[in-house]
Order: sequence, then structure tokens, then C-alpha cells
Amino acid sequence: MAIPDRHGRFGPYGGRYVPETLMPALLELEEVYQRTRRDKKFQTEFKHYLKEYVGRPTPLYFAQRLTKCLGGAKIYLKREDLCHTGAHKINNAIGQALLAKRMKKPRLIAETGAGQHGVATATVAAMFGLECEIYMGTEDMQRQALNVFRMRLLGATVTGVDAGSRTLKDAISEAMRDWTTNVRTTHYVLGSVLGAHPYPMMIRDFQSVIGREARKQILAAEGRLPDGLVACVGGGSNAIGLFHAFVPDKKVKLVGVEAGGLGIESGKHAARFAGGRPGVLQGTMTYLLQDDNGQVNLTHSVSAGLDYAAVGPEHSYHKETNRAHYTSVTDDEALAAFDLLAREEGIMPALESAHAIAEVVRSAPKMKKSQVLIVNLSGRGDKDVQQVARMKGVLL
Amino acid sequence: MGKEPVSAGSGWAGKKGVRLTSSLAAAALDGRFEHPAKMSGGTSERIGSIDMNRLDQTFSRLREKGEKALITYIMAGDPSLQDTEELVLELERAGADVIELGVPFSDPIADGPVIQKAAERGLRSGTSLRMILESVRHLRGTTQIPIVLMAYYNNIHAFGEAEFCRKAVEAGVDGVIVPDMPPDEGGPLRGPADEAGLHIIFLLAPTSTSARRAYVAKESGGFVYYVSITGITGAKLSDIAGVRANVAKIRKHTKRPVAVGFGVATAEDAARVSKVADGVIVGSAIVHRVGEHGQDGRLIQEVGGFVRSLKAAMQPA
Repeated sequence: MAIPDRHGRFGPYGGRYVPETLMPALLELEEVYQRTRRDKKFQTEFKHYLKEYVGRPTPLYFAQRLTKCLGGAKIYLKREDLCHTGAHKINNAIGQALLAKRMKKPRLIAETGAGQHGVATATVAAMFGLECEIYMGTEDMQRQALNVFRMRLLGATVTGVDAGSRTLKDAISEAMRDWTTNVRTTHYVLGSVLGAHPYPMMIRDFQSVIGREARKQILAAEGRLPDGLVACVGGGSNAIGLFHAFVPDKKVKLVGVEAGGLGIESGKHAARFAGGRPGVLQGTMTYLLQDDNGQVNLTHSVSAGLDYAAVGPEHSYHKETNRAHYTSVTDDEALAAFDLLAREEGIMPALESAHAIAEVVRSAPKMKKSQVLIVNLSGRGDKDVQQVARMKGVLL
Repeated sequence: MGKEPVSAGSGWAGKKGVRLTSSLAAAALDGRFEHPAKMSGGTSERIGSIDMNRLDQTFSRLREKGEKALITYIMAGDPSLQDTEELVLELERAGADVIELGVPFSDPIADGPVIQKAAERGLRSGTSLRMILESVRHLRGTTQIPIVLMAYYNNIHAFGEAEFCRKAVEAGVDGVIVPDMPPDEGGPLRGPADEAGLHIIFLLAPTSTSARRAYVAKESGGFVYYVSITGITGAKLSDIAGVRANVAKIRKHTKRPVAVGFGVATAEDAARVSKVADGVIVGSAIVHRVGEHGQDGRLIQEVGGFVRSLKAAMQPA
């Protein structure tokens, strides 16, 4: 059975928990999207931009030295960090900008955590000639000052959100408030497989190019499917994007890696599947870090892109049906993985993607040399260099 | 029992004397069991399973007198629940007809900065939904003014939908507004709310299509909450003609009262809105005064004075 169902449900998860003001816009978006996804002209246009502008297909790179160093499974990296703007986020931003044009909405808004989705949205807005405003928590603006400047260079307005934890969650709330106010002229380019239906489905579809390519590439390289896929999970769009084409391949293990922050026992983390339970946040029913009264907990991660209290509803579904497995790594483990990949392969991963690498550092040595893992290197680490220096106590 | 004249078409101003002893009977009469999981937007208008609760009686009484309802919103626990209880009594003295009590939530997506800050103050004072119900129970020793809670869905979900409906009605709550729960997602709350006799009040907006107006108006109990502006709470009301037109369109789908909120900030706004709707909802403008005077000893006086000015402006000429 196809998921989500027509109510936007992945089993009990998903749905459309939004103010009435937004319901007509969501219904319109769903209708336009359902029509568009079957439209050959749209698909041709989308593929054109993915190839000519984003630079797809991205390589599936065999990490020979990392494999040797860990001494177990063969490790392939899906190089989403080589996409234009440096992360997978642009796949979705292009898809949604094309939809916005079809709906004749001249203004794009978006939230951003690490800044990658904000940069991707600002980039496509510039390319398509659309107005653009990005909401970002002031805590994240400080952590990702470089990306803030990049967005401004691209002509976007970056608006700081000084509420709550001043991170991704608060940026999404503010973007939803903007959308509620300006819904007639504005399309909200949500950046991950979160929020109300049809966003989790639509963003999954736009990102599923990652897994389709990887499946073809690994069959060409190894003549067989991989034993496992590993991806970090904030909202979870890069993970869903990689997993989706492999979901029917039951022998391929799917592993999502959440932010363990300072450790699960410290309470300062963003591991929803380790410490959360189902609830509703920002439009969707899903696993959520919350207290007994249903107030949303503050989260912590060194990685702004994983620092979020809820997770995409399709991940909750994969968790509950045991199709995917979820684990977490700490800030320190992620930082060690960042160093390792830089030194062994000459690739600096985004701190988000470093979480996926850290999981491979744990699991690959326990696997046979004949086994194969694909890791989604969802973004590049240039944006994190200052943060890494701060964590190492290095003054630049 | 089953032969009592409780027809779905009796509307909100229906016969006061009729009380159903069994909510199941009411549900059966209403044909409500046809769509237990999701609300399907049936053709019959909903009636509460307690035929007339305090909310219905108030609207009915006001209509007989040719008056409009003044519905005042404050955030529970802002700055403390004791203040909230005193404020409720003062709001009633000042002329409020219905009290809306906000339940503080960590992520209030439908609210502007004034109510966001109030929610933060409410959370800081340690206020939970459970404690708010205790306060309502306490207030019921003194007042019978209708009380409606405005709570985000996750607070209710964490409490448990069925337990919430039962405990809320036991405490003396008459209705609930869930700003991030359109009727499309209201299934899990509907059954327990009907059984307990708790109205679920749904919202309509300027962006609502005619199909949504028909659906939402029929699903809404107590009254229909029309959001006067395309936006969040505390924005400025500008288009009274648009409000008038939309309220008229909503009335085609329901006999229930239509109350207008979001953006009603001044006595002049209240006067204008009272001419086109059955109820006027004022939130941010009151909450702003609570924020200003929560600690300076003039809280009751300032809020009471403002609400008296609203009520005076709404008196029929």
C-alpha cells in the first residue's frame, strides 16, 4: 500500500495539524503537486535543473582509505556534498520553486537550521527571480554566521527569530506564522520531510533522486545491492531521500542516525527515538521530545541541522514497522568522525553528515570485508569550520 | 426519552428545557456514529450531548435581549493562576459574557508576539493543563460564566483526549478551541467530547473556501470562530466589510452564533464587529495589558477598565 494515504498518514503518523487559515493552501498545494508529479513537462524541467544546475548525478565514491582504516565493510559515500550549494537541500528547493511558479506565488519563505536549506532556497529564488525571506534562530545565526552572509549575498532577507530555543524549531514556527499571514502570495519552502501533508510526501519525492541514483551506481560498481544504508536524521530528508528507493529491498538494512548531543543520559540531545514519544508539533503527528504535559523540550546538538525536537513522520512509521533502525552518536563522536574523514579521504563532511560517518566508524569494523555500506554524505563541512575550531578551542 | 423534540435543526437557540439523560441517545439521534474515525461533514448540524450548556444558554439569553457576546481571552497562569482566577471574576464584573482561557504551549504557531510572551510567562509560573482545570473547578464555586479553553493539540494529546474531555467537563469547562486542529484531524477528540458534553469550537478564516465553510461550520459546536484577518493573533483588523460578507456566508451553513476574533483591539473595533457578528473575541489587547500590569498592583483595575470600555461600545444604540 502506498504511503502516505490520502489524509497524509503514514500509519498513525503525519496528518495536517494546522490553523484553518492554512488548510486551503495545503489542499491547493496537494492538488497542484498531485497533478504536477504526473506531468511529463514538469518532470523534464525538474530533471533539467538537477542535471545542469545542481550537477547531478552526484558520484557514489568508494572510500578506499576509510574502508581500510576501519577494517570491515566496504564504504561508499553518496556525494551530496558536491551538489551546487554544498548539500542535498537544493534538490527539494528546486522542486518547490518550480511548484511555486506554477501556483503563481512570487515570494518564497523558508526556515533554516544549519543554513544549508536557507542557502539552497535563496539560491533558487535568485535563479528563478523570486522574492525570498529566510527565518533562522538567532542561536543558529551565530553558529552559522557564514551561511547568513551567503544568503544575504544571494539577495535574500534573513530574519532572526529570538523566541524559545532560538533554533530550527522556532524558525519553523515563525515561517508558519509568516505563511499564515501572506499565504495568498507566498509559498513556504519547507526544508525537510516535516510539517503538514503534503510536505513530507512531496519533499521525500523530490529527494528520492538520491537513492535512485545510488541504487543504480552500486549495482554498476558491485553488481549487487548494499548490505546497509546510513544517513543522519534531523527532520530526515537526506535519509528518506537515500532510503526511499531501497525500502522494497528488504535485505538492505536502513540506519538513521540522530544527534546524541552530550549523551542521551544527559538529557541534552536531539534523539527523538531514544527519548521521545508520539505527539504533534508544527503540523504533524510524530515522535517528539516533550515533557509529561506535552510541552516541547529544548534540544541540543553540535549540529544545527539535527537540533530539532521532532522527526519526519515517515521515519516514525519506518521505526514502528521496523523497516529502519535508529541510533544516535554524540557531539564528540561526530567531531572525531569529521577529523577522520578529513584526514583519510580529504573530505570535510558537514557536522550533520559526520554523525552518519560516526555510526559507520562503530559498525563497519564489525562487518565482513565482503559487505557493503552506503553512507549519505549529505553536505560539505566548509560551513562548520568555525564551529569545529571553537569546539577544539582554536582561535581563528 | 428518545421521543423528546431534539431535532438537529433546533439550532443553538433551541428549547432550553430539553436535557438528554444519555449522551448515547443524543449521538444516535444526531447520526453521529456514522463517522467515528474521521469527521465526514455530515448534513446534520451538531448538537451538544448536553443539549444546552452554559455557553448555549448565554448566547440564547443574549439573543433574546438583542445583545452581542463579549468573549475575553486571557492566558491561564499569566502571571499566576491565582491572578487568572481573580481576572476571570473581574472580567465577568466588567461585562464579559464568555471567558476564553489560553493553555500555555511551548510552540504556539497561531499566535503573535503578545500571546507568545504570555505563554512564556504562563510556562514560567509552572502552569499546566491539569492545574488550569483545578482553577476552573475552584472558580465554579463562585461563577457560572461560560469558560472555553484554547489549547494546542499536543497538550490535549499528552493529557489523553478522553480523560481531558471528561475532566474538563467535570471541572466546569464548556468548550475547547484547538487552533492547530482543523476538524479534519478532530476524530480522536470528537467522540469523547460528545460523550462528555464538551463543545469543540472550530475556526474559519478569510482564506476558507466555500466547501470548507460548509464543512467547518457544521462541525463546530457552541459557536463558530471566524478569524477576521489572514494572519496570527494580535494583527490589525482592517477589512470590516470583508468580515461582514464572510460572516454572512458562514450563516448560510449554520444556525449557531458566529463570533469574530483575531485583530479586535479597541472599543471601536468591538463596536464595529458587534454589528456584524454574534460575538466579539478580544485577546491580544487584553493580554498586552496583563503583560504591562502583571506585577505593578494595577492588574485588575487596568484590565477591568479596558473590558468595561469594550462592553460599553458594544451596547445596541
